[in-house]
Amino acid sequence: MDDLRSHRREVLAGALALMAGSAGGARSQTAATVSLPFDNGERPLGVYPQKRPMIVLTQRPPQLETPFEVFDHGAFTPNDAFFVRYHLSGAPPRGLNAATHRLKIGGAVETPLDLGMDDLRTSFPVVEMAAVNQCSGNGRGFSSPRVGGGQLGNGAMGSALWRGVSLRALLDKAGVKPSAKAVEFNGADVPPMRVIPDFIKALSVDHARQGEVMLAYEMNGAPLPLLNGYPLRLIVPGYYGTYWVKHLTDITVLEQDSQSYFMQKAYRVPDNDCACTPPGQPATQTRPIGKLNVRSFITNVQDGQKIGAGKRVVLRGIAFDGGSGVAGVEVSADGGKAWTSAALGQDHGPYGFREWSTHVALNPGNHVLMARARSKAGEIQPMTQTWNPPGYMRNVVDPVRVVAA
Amino acid sequence: MKPVLAAYAGLAASALAALGGLAAAQPLSAPPAYSPPPETSRLLDGPDLAQAQKHCMACHSADYVNTQPRGMPEAFWTAEVAKMRTAYGAPMTDDDAKVVVKYLTATYAASPTRSQ
Repeated sequence: MDDLRSHRREVLAGALALMAGSAGGARSQTAATVSLPFDNGERPLGVYPQKRPMIVLTQRPPQLETPFEVFDHGAFTPNDAFFVRYHLSGAPPRGLNAATHRLKIGGAVETPLDLGMDDLRTSFPVVEMAAVNQCSGNGRGFSSPRVGGGQLGNGAMGSALWRGVSLRALLDKAGVKPSAKAVEFNGADVPPMRVIPDFIKALSVDHARQGEVMLAYEMNGAPLPLLNGYPLRLIVPGYYGTYWVKHLTDITVLEQDSQSYFMQKAYRVPDNDCACTPPGQPATQTRPIGKLNVRSFITNVQDGQKIGAGKRVVLRGIAFDGGSGVAGVEVSADGGKAWTSAALGQDHGPYGFREWSTHVALNPGNHVLMARARSKAGEIQPMTQTWNPPGYMRNVVDPVRVVAA
Repeated sequence: MKPVLAAYAGLAASALAALGGLAAAQPLSAPPAYSPPPETSRLLDGPDLAQAQKHCMACHSADYVNTQPRGMPEAFWTAEVAKMRTAYGAPMTDDDAKVVVKYLTATYAASPTRSQ
């Protein structure tokens, strides 16, 4: 049984009716579960406010993974299926209200600002951008050897059309002092005990003013769901989700590097070209995690699936990188020996999901399908995964084993 | 509308833009109701379960532990407990930590059965 399960990307078991139950009163927990294909990968499906049934990693605070089949339905991840990641008990913060929410901009600025949501929406140019938010540890459960941390499958990612204001416009309004070095971001989440570090992230002042970092109050044409940062979150295109601070309340311009625990101690990768160490070995020097690496997925065929032999079978999926844009996606039906180019779908901008599709015809027997993306910056997905202690930045070419008959 | 405009008093430069933009802007979204499902995950039964519950579940649900890889060595759990104490400030003594590490190593040694 274990062998069979390990060949599935996700196995839905139990009450499938729950998947169609979002319109009804299916709020109660059921026995529906998902098996992520690694040891101890059994997860319940749970229904949280404004969400369809999601893979529950943890209940307090809520950490929810997107069921993988969602990614086969387009270049934008629906709000009710978008993954959720929190750090501290007590999240999400209660009592949030767009009508009374305030954003304060202070520190090394000429004019501190204290803005309401209406100020943000009416006093600054509206900007809109498709961008992928991916958890640093997306796919951590596949790390070999295994590492501690959230044991995620590949569903801690999503792309949305974000609407809001440019961070640069706000900083220019406040007037950043020439001595500024970094910009800190804090949200309404509060640690459950005073000794616990607050979730605060930072960008260099140059990155913060580069023009593409934004504050979003809408995703995919609707207000942000509570669990995705209502009423306002930071969008850092091309960077891992750790920087995308939710329920944003404070922007502080600093004249030195941020001393936040979540910059100095957590979310750091080995400071070398591969961001890796020999498996099982700690890193001697680290740096804050940064840009997304190039990645792609086959979304319409699952590992372990049976498909028709000798027929044209559509193969499709998604690809993305840290913002250079997807240059191409190649597909192999023989485990990586021969590759053919797939057709790329509509370009939604360099930071969003890029759909791709092609077709294959397979002789009867076992086959290994693969997709491999290449970025416009020249980066290509590796055939073997490097390792690092926190299990970050996974982007290996994933084999999808199928049986043609 | 007057209470809304009053909010712009401290932003003289933006007041005009605000006046122009108010008509086009949609009403602010109402605060979403939040009632998550009940917390149902529980630590596995083992020696000193009560101690583990007291220390591990103050700040997070039991599934943080339950979903970790199984059969990890004592060094894995020692490092996790140390992280909770030093990085996240979990209040426990050295003796408490030893008890919790022992519980975790022993209780989470085997792979779960499917019926868990």
